[in-house]
Amino acid sequence: MAEEKKVGTYICKGCGIGDRVNTAGMATIATRECKSQVTKEHDFLCSAEGVKMIQDDIDNDGVNHIAIVACSRRAKTEAFSFENVAISRGNVREGVIWVRPDTDEASETTQEMAEDYTRMAVHEVSVMTPPTPSGQSEGRKNLLIVGGGISGMTAAIEAARAGYEATIVEKTGALGGSAANLYRRVPESSPFKDPEDSGVAALIAAVDADSKITVHLNSTVTKTSGAPGRFSADITTESGATATENFGAIIQTSGFTEYDANQLPHLGYGKGKNVVTQMELEALAAAADGGVIKTADGKDINSVVFIQCAGQRSDEEGHLPYCSGHCCTTSIKQAMYFKDQNPAIDTTVMFTDLRTPGAGGEDFYRSGQDKGINFTKGVASEVTDNGNGCTVKFRDMILDEDTSTDADLVVLATGMVANAGVDIDVVGQDDPGKWEVSVDSILNLDYRQGKDMPQLRHGFNDSHFICFPYETRRTGIYTAGPTRRPMDIGQAIEDATGAALKAIQAAENAELGRAAHPRSGDLSYPSFRKEGCTQCKRCTVECPFGAIDEDEERYPQFNEGRCRRCGTCMGACPVRVISFDNYSIDTVGNQIKNVDIPEEFDEKPRILVLACENDAYPALDMAAMNGVEYSAFARIIPIRCLGSTNLIWVTDALNSGYDGIILMGCQKGENYQCHFVKGSEIAQDRMSKVDDTLQSLSLEPERVETYEIAITDIERAPQLINDMAATIEKIGMSPFKF
Amino acid sequence: MSDMNTAMVEKYRNSFLSEVEANVEEGEWVKMCMQCGVCSGSCPFGPYWDHPPQELFMMIRAGKREAVLSSESMWMCTSCYNCIARCPRGLPITHIMHGLAHYAKRLGLAPKNQQTMKFASIFWDNLTKKGRVNELQLGLKLYFMNGFVEGIKTALCMKEMGMSMLMTKRMSPMEYFGGHSIKDTKGLHAILKKAREIEEAKAKQF
Amino acid sequence: MAKKEYSFYPGCSSQKAASASNYQTSVNSMCDVLDVQLNEIPDWNCCAASIGYAGGGELPRLAMSARNMALSEQAHPDQDIVATCAACWLATKETQERLHNDGGLMEETNKALAEGGLTVKADQNIRHMVEVLIEDFGYDALGKHVTRPLEGIKIAGYVGCQTNRPFGIDGESFENPKYLDKLVETLGADPVNNYDRKVSCCGGALAFSEPEKSQALIKDIIEAAYDGGADMIVTPCPVCQLNVEAYQGQINKKYNTKFDIPVVYYSTLMSVAYGKSYKESGLDGQMIKAKQLDAIAKK
Ligand code: SF4
Ligand code: SF4
Ligand code: SF4
Repeated sequence: MAEEKKVGTYICKGCGIGDRVNTAGMATIATRECKSQVTKEHDFLCSAEGVKMIQDDIDNDGVNHIAIVACSRRAKTEAFSFENVAISRGNVREGVIWVRPDTDEASETTQEMAEDYTRMAVHEVSVMTPPTPSGQSEGRKNLLIVGGGISGMTAAIEAARAGYEATIVEKTGALGGSAANLYRRVPESSPFKDPEDSGVAALIAAVDADSKITVHLNSTVTKTSGAPGRFSADITTESGATATENFGAIIQTSGFTEYDANQLPHLGYGKGKNVVTQMELEALAAAADGGVIKTADGKDINSVVFIQCAGQRSDEEGHLPYCSGHCCTTSIKQAMYFKDQNPAIDTTVMFTDLRTPGAGGEDFYRSGQDKGINFTKGVASEVTDNGNGCTVKFRDMILDEDTSTDADLVVLATGMVANAGVDIDVVGQDDPGKWEVSVDSILNLDYRQGKDMPQLRHGFNDSHFICFPYETRRTGIYTAGPTRRPMDIGQAIEDATGAALKAIQAAENAELGRAAHPRSGDLSYPSFRKEGCTQCKRCTVECPFGAIDEDEERYPQFNEGRCRRCGTCMGACPVRVISFDNYSIDTVGNQIKNVDIPEEFDEKPRILVLACENDAYPALDMAAMNGVEYSAFARIIPIRCLGSTNLIWVTDALNSGYDGIILMGCQKGENYQCHFVKGSEIAQDRMSKVDDTLQSLSLEPERVETYEIAITDIERAPQLINDMAATIEKIGMSPFKF
Repeated sequence: MSDMNTAMVEKYRNSFLSEVEANVEEGEWVKMCMQCGVCSGSCPFGPYWDHPPQELFMMIRAGKREAVLSSESMWMCTSCYNCIARCPRGLPITHIMHGLAHYAKRLGLAPKNQQTMKFASIFWDNLTKKGRVNELQLGLKLYFMNGFVEGIKTALCMKEMGMSMLMTKRMSPMEYFGGHSIKDTKGLHAILKKAREIEEAKAKQF
Repeated sequence: MAKKEYSFYPGCSSQKAASASNYQTSVNSMCDVLDVQLNEIPDWNCCAASIGYAGGGELPRLAMSARNMALSEQAHPDQDIVATCAACWLATKETQERLHNDGGLMEETNKALAEGGLTVKADQNIRHMVEVLIEDFGYDALGKHVTRPLEGIKIAGYVGCQTNRPFGIDGESFENPKYLDKLVETLGADPVNNYDRKVSCCGGALAFSEPEKSQALIKDIIEAAYDGGADMIVTPCPVCQLNVEAYQGQINKKYNTKFDIPVVYYSTLMSVAYGKSYKESGLDGQMIKAKQLDAIAKK
C-alpha cells in the first residue's frame, strides 16, 4: 500500500541566510503556493537539533517528501541524508546569498531568488519517489578474467586475496602471456640497476596453488550476457566443448600483440637473421640463458644497434602513431643482456627521445650508461645487409649529419598493438535473433551496441583516462593491462590490481542495486512506460554504457546493473517515457515551470541554467565560496549529465517566458572529461535542433547557449551567466511572458 | 703525430670513449651525459664553440677523435661553472673541458695557435717558476706570445690600462726584475716533478 | 667579542703592487674593525687557478693547493683556512673534495708532497671571506660597526661565477644569490634588485686570450648595472673586479659607449662605512674613482 505523500519544507536561517533574506516570506510561499504540508524554519538546520527536528517529523508526522532550503546539495550531505524519503535541496546559500552583494538595492532581487529556489525545491520533491533497488541482480561475486598473462594472473590473485573467486580463461595452452617469453624483465625495485627475473613462473605457481582460482586453458569466451551480479559466459575449449558459467564481474586482460615488423622492410626486417624485433631478441637471450647470445643462424654478435620507435610515433601509413612506453627501457635491458655477459660487445641505443617512465626509469637508464651502453640520438633511415652483418644508415640528431654504423645484430623496438577485440564503431552487432559468435571478438557480448568493449583511439579500449582510469563504458567489465593503453609489466600489475578491486566493487554494488561511479550508491534506475514507447531506439543507441538491449518485441530492455544513471536515455526519448524515481522530465520540468516569471516591463529577465552536477555546478558553488557575484536573474538547476537534457525542457522554458538559457556540460571529444563519457557530446548534437525551435518562436539564437565547463572554471562559469544577462539587455526581453 | 699520440691511437683503436675515460680528467663521466643540452645553453661563450659540451660528449661517443682533440671548443671554457651547476646528470663538465684541453695539448693535437692554450701554458710556467704569479712578466709575455709586431700592437692597445694600473699601484715595474716568490722553490719543484712522474706512470699503465 | 683567528691564504693578486693589492688593503681595514686576525699561511704558493690546466696535469695542479693546505695544517692546525680570492678559494676547496672522494688521489698527492717534506690531511675548513662575514658574524653584527652609512648610493651586487658555483655560499641559490644585496643594505646603501647579470661570467682568465668575446660579456654586465640604476658595482672576486673595471676604456672605444662605473670590493664598502680613511679603504686603488665613496671617506 503506497503511503500518502506528505511534503515537509525546512528552511535554514544559519550561515547568514536569516540575515540576508526573509525566511518567513519563503515559508509562506512554501505553504500557501506550493502546498507544503509541514513548513519549518530553523536557526541551524544541519545541527544535531535541526536534523532531529526533521527526523522527528519523518518518524512521527508521516513526512516523506522533504525539501531542504539551505545550502547547496553538495554541502552537508551526511547531515541531510534521511532513509526512505525523497529529498530535494533549495540552494539559497551558495546559490543566492553568497553570489549577491549585501546591499539595499540588491535585497529585493536577492529575496526573489531565494523564493524561487524555495518553490523549485518543493515542486521538485513533490514529483519524486524514494528510489528502491530493482532486485535484478543475482548477487554473484565471482570474477571472470579473460586473458592469463601478467595482468590476468595478477587480477585473479588480488581478487582471491580479497576473498573472491576468480576464473581465468586463457586462449593458449599456458598461462604467462607475452611476459612468459621474456628472458628477464626491467627491475621493479631499488637500486634499479640490473634486469630481473620476470616473475611469471612465481605468478603461475601462485595461481595454481590458489583454491579460489580456476583456470581454463586453450579456451575462449564465446558469449557474454547479463549485467554486474548476473553475468553469464560461455567458455569454449579448442575442441568445441562449451560450458556456461555465471559471474559477478569481468576483467578483460587480453594484452597486446607485437607490431608486425614485416611492415618495416626499409629497416631490413624479414631479409635475414640479423634484424630482429625485441620479442625475438628475448627468445635468443632465453635460449642463451646467460651464455653467449648468437643470431638465429648461429653467428657471433660483437655489436648490436637498437633502433627505437621502429614503426612507432610515426605518421606514416601503417605505422603506430603512439609511443608504446616500455620499449626504451626494454632496449636498455636487452643491451644489458649483452653487456653483462661480455662488456666488450658494443651496444648502441638509437633514439629520438629516450623515455624511461616510472620511479626507477632514470636510475635504470643511468645504470645502462654506467655499463657502457652507448646512446645515440638519431633516426635510422635504412638497414642493409653488408655481407658480414648490417649497416645502419642514420641521421645523427646531435651532430646533425647523415652517417652510418655497422652492427652484427639490429633490434627493432616495434611497440604494442592492443588485443582489444572488434571495433564496435565499425562492426555493428548482429540483429536480434541472428546473433553469432565472432572469432575476432574477445568477449562476444550479446549487448545491443556491439560484441566488445568500445575503443577510444588507436585501437585501445576506452576508459575514463582523465578522471577514473579504470571505468570503462561497460559497467562491471573492466580492462587492464596493454589492452587499455600501452604499458610495461610494472604498470600492468598496478593496473590489474586496481581493476580487480573495481570489479569486486561492481559486483558488491550490483547486489545492493547501487550505481557505480560517478553516481556511486544511487539506487534509482531508468524505467519506461511501454505503452508510450514508439520503439525509436534512441535510448538504446545513445546510452553511453550500452545498458539497454532489445527484447523480442523490440522494446528497450533496461539492465539496471549496467546503467550508470546518467539519464542520457531520458534526454534522448522523444516521447518522454523514460524516468527515474528521483529524476525525471517532471522533477526538472516542475522547477522550470514554477519559477516566478515577472512581466516584461518589470525588466527582470530570467535566465535558466542547466548545469552538469559533476563539473559546472561545483564550479558555480566554488565561485560562490570565493565570493564571485553573478546575475540575480539566473535560476540554476543541477542535472545529472548534459546528456539527460530533454528538448522539452528548453521548449517549455522558452514558451514560459525565460529570456535566456545556458546549458553547461563537460568537455567532449577525444580528450573528454564528461563523467558519462558520451553524455555531453550527445547532448550537444541534440541541441543543434534547438535552433529550429527558436526559429519557430521567432526568437534570437543567442538566447540559448551551450558551453563546456571544467570544474576549475570558477571565474568563467559566473562570467558566462553575466554575459547572457548582458546579451538579454541588448536584444531585449522575451515576448513570451504570460 | 707525437709519439704519445701514436701510442694512444694504437692502444685504443676503435674506442675513443675508453681512451677519454682512461686519460682525461673526469673522463669517465662522458658516458653519463643524457644529451639534454642544458650545458650548451648555459655557457657564456656558447655561441663561439664549434662543438658545445653536449656535442663534444656525443662526438666522443661517436669516436670522432681527431675532430674532438684538434677542436678549439674546449679552449673556450671560461671556468664559469654554470654548466656544472645546472647539469641534471651532475657531470663535472668544466673539469672535463679542462681535461680534454690538457690531453689535446699533451698529445700535440691542440690547434697550434690557440690563444688560450698559449696563455694557459705561459701562466703555468710563470707560476711554477717561483711559486707565485708575476703579473708583469706574465702580462708582457702575453703581449708578445704571438710575435713581436702583434705584441707591440697589443701593448699599445693595453697601454692605457697598464698606465692606470701603474698609477693605482696595482702593478709595479720592479716586478720585472724578480718580484714575488715563495722561499722554498726547491721543495715545490720537487713536489711538482714527482706529481708529473706519477701521472705519466699511470698513463703508461693503461 | 673575542678575537677571531683564521689561517689566511691571500693569493697572488693580493700581493704588494699586484692587481688586487687594494682588495687586501680594504680587507685588512675591515678585519681591524671586526677584530679578526688573519694569520698568513707561511710560504704559501699560487693555486694555479682554473686556467693552469694547459700546462699542469691534474695531479700537479692538486699538489699546488695541497701544499698550501699542508703548510696551513702545520702552522695553524686549529684554524679554518680563509681566502679572499674566488679562484684561490675554489681551487683549494676543489682539491680538498677530490682528495677525499677520488680513491687514490690522496695517496698520490702525499707521495708528491713528501718530496718537499710535507704531508696533507686536507681536513681544515676552507672558506671564503664572505662566508666568514655572513656565518661567523651575520648581517646584524656587521651592521653594528657602521659609523658612516652609505646613504643614497645605488649598488649592483655582481656575484660572478666562482664564489657562486659550484660550491656557492650556504643558503644561497646559484641563479639569484642575495648576499651582496643584503650586505649593501646592511651598510645603508641601496641594492639593485633585479640585477640581470648578477651571476654572469666576465670571461675570467680568457679576458686575456679572448679579449673580444670577453669584452662582449663585460659590456653586458656593465650595461645591466646601468639599467638597474647603479652608481657602482660591488664584487667579491679579484678577477671580476679587474675585468669589469679595467676594460671599460677599450669597450667604450669598440662599442661607442660611455661607461665609467666604479667597481669596488665588498671590503671597500665596509671599510668606508666603518669609518676608515680613503687610503685604508683602498680607494686609491680605483682606476675608475668611486667618487661617492671618496666623498664619504674624506668627510
Ligand atoms: S543512458 Fe544512462 S541512465 Fe540511461 S540506461 Fe544508459 S546509463 Fe542508464
Ligand atoms: S664552465 Fe666552461 S663549459 Fe661550463 S658553462 Fe662555463 S665556460 Fe662553459
Ligand atoms: S647538461 Fe649534463 S646531461 Fe645535459 S647535455 Fe650537458 S652534460 Fe649532458
